[in-house]
Amino acid sequence: MPRLRYITPEEAFLHYRRRLEVAGYVAVLLFLLLAGRFVWLQVIQYDHYHAMAESNRIALVPAPPPRGAIYDRNGVVLAQNETAFTLEITPHQAGNVDEVLERLATLIEITPGDVRRFRRLMAESKGFESVVLRSRLKEEEVARFAVNRYRFPGVEVQARQFRQYPFADVMAHVVGYIGRINPTDKELLAEEGRAANYRGTEHIGKAGVEASYERWLHGRTGVEKVETDSAGRAVRILSRTPPVAGHGIHLHLDAKLQQVAAEVFGDFRGALVALDPTNGGVLALVSRPGFDPNLFIDSIDQATWAELNHPMARPLINRALRGVYPPGSTIKPFMALAGLELGLRAPGDSIVDPGYFSLPGSTHRYRDWKKDGHGVVDLKRSVVVSCDTYYYRLAHQMGIENMHRFMTQFGFGQKTGVDLDGELAGLMPNPEWKRRRFNQPWWPGETIIAGIGQGYTLATPMQLAVATMAIANDGVVYQPQLLRAWQDPDTGRMHYAAPRIVARIPLKPENLKVVKQAMVEVTLPGGTAAVAGAGAPYAFAGKTGTAQVIGIKQGARYDEKRIAAHHRDHALFIAFAPADAPRIAVAVMVENGGSGSGTAAPIARKVIDYWLLGKRPGQAVPAPPSAIAPGEEEEEREDSSPAIEAAEPPPSSEGGVHAG
Amino acid sequence: MRVERLFRRLTAHLDLPLVGLLGLLLLVSLGTVYSASEGNPARLVAHLVNIVLALAAMLVASHIPPQRLMQFTPLAYGVGLLLLVAVALFGEVVNGARRWLDLGFTRIQPSELMRLAVPLMIAWYLHQKQESMHSLDYAVAIGLLGLPVLLILRQPDLGTSLLIAASGFFVIYLGGLSLRVLAAAAALGALAAPFAWHLLHDYQRRRILTMLDPSSDPLGAGYHIIQSTIAVGSGGIFGKGWMDGTQTHLDFLPERSTDFIFAVFAEEFGLAGNLLLLALYAAIVYRGLVLAASAPTLFGRLMSAALILTFFVYAFVNMGMVSGILPVVGVPLPLVSYGGTSMVTVLFGFGIVMSVATHKKLVKT
Repeated sequence: MPRLRYITPEEAFLHYRRRLEVAGYVAVLLFLLLAGRFVWLQVIQYDHYHAMAESNRIALVPAPPPRGAIYDRNGVVLAQNETAFTLEITPHQAGNVDEVLERLATLIEITPGDVRRFRRLMAESKGFESVVLRSRLKEEEVARFAVNRYRFPGVEVQARQFRQYPFADVMAHVVGYIGRINPTDKELLAEEGRAANYRGTEHIGKAGVEASYERWLHGRTGVEKVETDSAGRAVRILSRTPPVAGHGIHLHLDAKLQQVAAEVFGDFRGALVALDPTNGGVLALVSRPGFDPNLFIDSIDQATWAELNHPMARPLINRALRGVYPPGSTIKPFMALAGLELGLRAPGDSIVDPGYFSLPGSTHRYRDWKKDGHGVVDLKRSVVVSCDTYYYRLAHQMGIENMHRFMTQFGFGQKTGVDLDGELAGLMPNPEWKRRRFNQPWWPGETIIAGIGQGYTLATPMQLAVATMAIANDGVVYQPQLLRAWQDPDTGRMHYAAPRIVARIPLKPENLKVVKQAMVEVTLPGGTAAVAGAGAPYAFAGKTGTAQVIGIKQGARYDEKRIAAHHRDHALFIAFAPADAPRIAVAVMVENGGSGSGTAAPIARKVIDYWLLGKRPGQAVPAPPSAIAPGEEEEEREDSSPAIEAAEPPPSSEGGVHAG
Repeated sequence: MRVERLFRRLTAHLDLPLVGLLGLLLLVSLGTVYSASEGNPARLVAHLVNIVLALAAMLVASHIPPQRLMQFTPLAYGVGLLLLVAVALFGEVVNGARRWLDLGFTRIQPSELMRLAVPLMIAWYLHQKQESMHSLDYAVAIGLLGLPVLLILRQPDLGTSLLIAASGFFVIYLGGLSLRVLAAAAALGALAAPFAWHLLHDYQRRRILTMLDPSSDPLGAGYHIIQSTIAVGSGGIFGKGWMDGTQTHLDFLPERSTDFIFAVFAEEFGLAGNLLLLALYAAIVYRGLVLAASAPTLFGRLMSAALILTFFVYAFVNMGMVSGILPVVGVPLPLVSYGGTSMVTVLFGFGIVMSVATHKKLVKT
């Protein structure tokens, strides 16, 4: 190793100084580099980092609005919000969920159904959201949990708003229900540009008024600008736009009338629609059996769901709007009016009814329900005794096109436009329809049976009610409306919905008078509904009807006792009262009820009694439905009963209701 | 009068301009630690205690004559090296790294001791050989440096080993190693880099990659850098104001009173504060280097300058790491971060620098 050149201490010191200076310059350079970095971050890129810090710190938390309540015409609450406590778990904070559930079960009753629902919701959620395990905790359960809360991180009791339907099954088909927002709802909301307003909202109207008036009931979602820490916990509220509560919805419906109507159905299946003939307001809308809408709000368990889809009862089907039935003899007042209006009949014209009608040049007999006929029958009597032969002949003379045109004015074959979803249009057939539907010509015989409301003709109870209302109020067809008023949530001001007139049918007063008088006489002694009408202290106008469920062979007789219950005829009754100044128009349909006079008419009577007299059923001594002797009215069965099922899906094939 | 005399004797070896500058920095530290700990008084008291202890250490160091220090240097270095070997053999593993030695009554981290002992030892060695320098002597010096650095690197502790390597390098560089050799060594280092990459532990490689692209792992390793960069950038020109940093107070900043305290400062005081802080560090380094240059012995000059430059490197590496231009190595911001060990070591070093500068008139070599 070479020895290095000797340097003096002075030289060495200068050398050191120079190197130290170089180090100093390098240090300055590095600090300038840092300063440059600071200028880059804090001046040039400031906006970017400022925005990032803000988005770190600020979260926009939606504040869902309280949903509007639903009231009947007297302010009785049909749907409201109540506060209840729920037990909720935030899975990612709770740790081992199975173990937590096990420990919770020792404190609070948790059913297997609760656990199943919780697991499903947990699978759908994102882990850091809290998931409901139990709702509507009892107060002692809340207290018990509060004491033990420290043992359950990630488990909390929350006060939440619940929708509650005090009338349960009685109002189910009117008020409907809300359910959890599902992906389909989300898509629809996004399409309509309403998704932003539903941030933070978990439920949406699924059926009934809850669905029809969703836009008003929901309200406007507010937003809270919240400062959050790195764990996402809210530290403080920076600003807040409060939510605007949903509108209150007031219905024409009368809760007590509805209750009475539901009660008088007893165990029968069927539907009733009562309208206010002065404005089209829906006073009652009953479909039996009902169901408890409270079950639908969160999730429904399998057993209940199966029960709700029982093939016969099918409580979820709104029979008033989605049940389509042949109108049967209830079509006769309209046929009579058509005969008068079209000049085919005069009130005094009468026929002799031999008990059957045959087309010219044919031996086929269209028989009257009364084997030996009604004898001499004029127009009024044809309604009162429900003479089939009279209407076979009238229909033949009128022709299907005229019949179709006239009936359509009353709303047959079209949706009434009532403010509920899912209404069916029924069917008023004509040759063009048949060609389109079956690619077949119209046979003359089909016109004959259409004259007594059989054959292809189908109507919903709502349609029958609307048509009845149009007779009651001399030809005004209102669009039936549940909505009476909506109430501003801030001011409490009521905005009343205007009646909507669909059509004014030009009808001659003298013709109306004849038909109305005939309908009044239906409920008087000698009429088909004399028993149901007995003792009515008001002019009670009505018409019975029976819609057959199965075809009866030519020559065979319908024998109620030999037929399975679900093959019995549907009983129909339409009515309005008081006849001179009608305040209510009613259509009743009782599935497999047998005869219109025996089961449907008494139901209508009790409902009208309550509405006009305030008399609740059971106060007086009306004969129970079973005590009424059957057989006042029995109508012709026809072998040529066409394929009703094919024309419109029968109610039993409908299935539009899903648990949220 | 006796009190005054005592005070004068105690402070005789302090350099007042440097003490003043250090005091300013400690005030900055107090304010920032207070903010970073959400105004927690206990934390502030603990910090104050550390500062007082560290100032006492500085005072004591300023009274140690350089010769005495020289006598103890080989011993300190030898013991430190032995302890490092002991760590490698019996050390305790904490967080995947073998850094601590359990002595039964306390745990020590010998690498901390070597931060001072290594530059002292190399300065001592070069001082001994100053009359007759061989190139071999530089090789020995590099060996004295390399041995502890490799031991610490293997713990593994990349940050400390690099910083110790830097301090030793400063001594050798200032000691006059030929620039050609330095250049050759640098070239060799560059060639060795790919091999060094293979020697690195996974987490060390990850840190370097994360520094190059923090967004590659935003919730994992990149989180610290992203959040600290946001804190610095969102401070803007004048900052969000003391105690008003949102990144700090909403818990987005990790390690905010220790390694990442600069992010707190930068967020609350902005560019203006940062430039003032840089100026303060620069002033301290400048004053320190002036003192070092005035030292009467080679040992004093080399060691003082190395301590000051190491102080600078700590400050630079920490701020560079927090502002995202250097990888995350566990280096506190000297004299600002909360933490007793670092505070005491750094101020003890400044005490030595002052001692060297003030003992020249009394002692002739």
